[in-house]
Amino acid sequence: MTATAAAPGPAQVEMPKDPSRGRQIIRDILGGSVVISILAVVVGLVVGAILIAVTDPGVQAASGYFFDRPGATFAALGDSVGGAYSSLFQGAIYDFGRPDFLSGIAPLMNTLDLATPLILGGLGLALGFRIGLFNIGGQGQTLVGGAVAGWVAWSFPLPFPWGLILSIVAGIVGGAVAGGVVGLLKARTGASEVIVTIMLNYIVFYFISLLLRTPGALQAAGTINPKSPSPPDSARVPDLFGAQFSVTWMFVIAIAATVFFWWLMSRSSLGFKFRAVGENPAAARTAGIGVDSMYIWGMVLSGALVGLVGVNQVLAFTVGGFGSGFDAGIGFNAITVALLGRSRPLGVFLAGLLFGALNSGGYVMQAANDIPIDIVLVVQSIVVLFIAAPPLVRVLFGLPRPGTAPRRRAKAPKAVEAE
Amino acid sequence: MTTVAGIPGAVALEKLDTRSWKTPVALGVFALGAVVLFLGLPRDGQADFQFSQSGDFFSIPDLIFTATPVCIGLAFACVLLAAGSFALVWFKRLTPLWYIGIFAALFLVGFLAWAAAGLRPLPLTGLLLGSVSLSIPLVFGSLGGVIGERTGVVNVAIEGQLLGGAFTAALVSSVTGSFTAGLFAAAVAGVLIALILGVFAITYIVEQVVVGVVVNVLVLGLTNFGYSTILTVDPEHLNRSATLPALPIPLLSQIPVIGPALFDQSIIVYVAYVAVPAVWYALFRTKWGLRARSVGEHPEAADTVGINVNRTRYLNLVIAGAIVGFGGAYFTIGSVGSFSQNMTGGQGFIALAAVIFGRWDPVRAAMAALLFGFATNLQNSLGILGSPVPSEFLLMLPYLVTVFAVAGLVGRSQAPAADGKPYIK
Repeated sequence: MTATAAAPGPAQVEMPKDPSRGRQIIRDILGGSVVISILAVVVGLVVGAILIAVTDPGVQAASGYFFDRPGATFAALGDSVGGAYSSLFQGAIYDFGRPDFLSGIAPLMNTLDLATPLILGGLGLALGFRIGLFNIGGQGQTLVGGAVAGWVAWSFPLPFPWGLILSIVAGIVGGAVAGGVVGLLKARTGASEVIVTIMLNYIVFYFISLLLRTPGALQAAGTINPKSPSPPDSARVPDLFGAQFSVTWMFVIAIAATVFFWWLMSRSSLGFKFRAVGENPAAARTAGIGVDSMYIWGMVLSGALVGLVGVNQVLAFTVGGFGSGFDAGIGFNAITVALLGRSRPLGVFLAGLLFGALNSGGYVMQAANDIPIDIVLVVQSIVVLFIAAPPLVRVLFGLPRPGTAPRRRAKAPKAVEAE
Repeated sequence: MTTVAGIPGAVALEKLDTRSWKTPVALGVFALGAVVLFLGLPRDGQADFQFSQSGDFFSIPDLIFTATPVCIGLAFACVLLAAGSFALVWFKRLTPLWYIGIFAALFLVGFLAWAAAGLRPLPLTGLLLGSVSLSIPLVFGSLGGVIGERTGVVNVAIEGQLLGGAFTAALVSSVTGSFTAGLFAAAVAGVLIALILGVFAITYIVEQVVVGVVVNVLVLGLTNFGYSTILTVDPEHLNRSATLPALPIPLLSQIPVIGPALFDQSIIVYVAYVAVPAVWYALFRTKWGLRARSVGEHPEAADTVGINVNRTRYLNLVIAGAIVGFGGAYFTIGSVGSFSQNMTGGQGFIALAAVIFGRWDPVRAAMAALLFGFATNLQNSLGILGSPVPSEFLLMLPYLVTVFAVAGLVGRSQAPAADGKPYIK
């Protein structure tokens, strides 16, 4: 919030003094956050390429006779890296190997499907970041939201839209409670939300594991496996474009959540208070904002959004019942999504799409080129590290500092993160 | 704040009063738990505590008793002790630490007797041995965490440092066949990860928790990638190290119960014994420690007297990284000899919990690590015995205790003042 809001102001004041106004604008754009984001993605992909090349047997073999035939090494390099990233693209956007457009576009639909929980989780965590709350509890809130949604789905089998709506609401409430507890602890006792959410991740995980192997709790009847019953068809999220594509209506909910986030933060008075607390809690308190209740409500809303991730996992992604690990690491990946999106609604949405694409393509790359999908984790984390440190990217690429922002960035570490 | 000059003592007393009620309340909750568990859900049969094993100096016969009466007696003792603690606070006296210790011991004996009643003998040596084994990485992790946070850098990347240490130790010692090289490489890996943390958190003032979380993901991705592309290609030569030999200390290792558990271990464990007091001494009794702590409490003041704040933080982060990375080696060459994906499985976060539960003190943090290791191992042991206690409860115990600790319900956790705050001149 700070930097974007503050940047135009002083820049406009200075611009008339600057004889070459156009150059100033270019400087600002070059050093600005969009270019930094793109360059951070480039750095991530380059590091990924290096890892692929170094571990590729073809490249290793060719580099053995590098000085005889350097061309062969570069050809092998191109083969391994180019092949891998071509698979990544075809697995994420469009598969040229398929006969018709509809089946060719299936990877893109898969990307949207994988991006859905990342967007929802990213929005939830971003909401917290904007208030100055480091909600690391995506995993726990996802697990609670999903477990509650699933339990309601098979315990109250209502006809089609109502069973689903009730389950979704239950999942949201579940996540909201899981987040609200943290907010309450922070507001009442001053407990660091970072530590509490990390600890709650494990507490919830073990608690759900226990319920999943307790007959009559979450365990499916007539089985000894720690697995839940599958929710009834009437409570499943329907496919968005028919059964041939994996994307579901949860994607529409993710879009709606993005719009809601924007409205909440930019147009509502609650959002204004949230932002005020995030910028400077002491000043907000002086201005008469109840900081403690903002922490509680912030964590409630943050948890509610993350609870939707659980809904997605239980009622849309894996419909055949769930085990204790159904969050599938999304709780942690959502942190990187929120950071990459700089906690802005559109940014988080795009970041979720990007990481959804990386994941979708990563599976194809793993199958086609024998490159472990874990490389996606490496690329993601490097992208986020560099996004979080704009000065480092500027140094790496020799970019100018934008006219005004750097001093503020240097002074306000939370603003850097929350940008 | 609004103290009238002359009676600041009254305010201090009042503060003391409100704070110390937490101990009796906590003891009361545990005593209540004991009553509910031992009286409400009694378990019949004999409890059998096994003290000795073959090769001990002298042997102690097994302790066999009927569980229910002993448990009831211990539950009443716990209630009495809790009541005594209430009385102590009522008369404005602090509950001494040994008092809590006795309470904990009685509760524990009662709990073990209750859980093991009517089942196979409970080998105490094995229980202790397993606890030490599970605690060692936690001890190293928490020591690193304490050093980092004492200098004002929150290290959430302990998990990554342990994982990195485990990976490099397995790889290097498999390739070279040398344990020394493996241990050294593990420490180097920890240092490298600490440097990533430092560059982003100290130099580029990115929020430290964020860097820590992301670095964990990065290390997880790198080690998983390395495992799939390097280690599994030729596991015979790249991921099969011998495990560090046990070096029994003469005489000491033959003491019943504690001897085999504490003094018949590998070099990593002995280093942990030395490292805990060494870090404590260094932090609280040396010039280096004074500087490190001053940087963590009040960096502006430290800067004023000529301490280079960021250099001090880098230095300490590197030392902490070496310690944690070294501890990570325990996962591979210290125990199983080969690396597997994500083998630390959240131990770094338990170490973080131990740092907080141990109130940023190396000795207390190591004790907390031991306690958490004990809880985890108790779950294993009771699971083998077929005890009714759900294993998940014991597994979540460290995390639950930490939440209570940071919420101020058990004791008072006060982080170093500048913990997590970057220093900008």
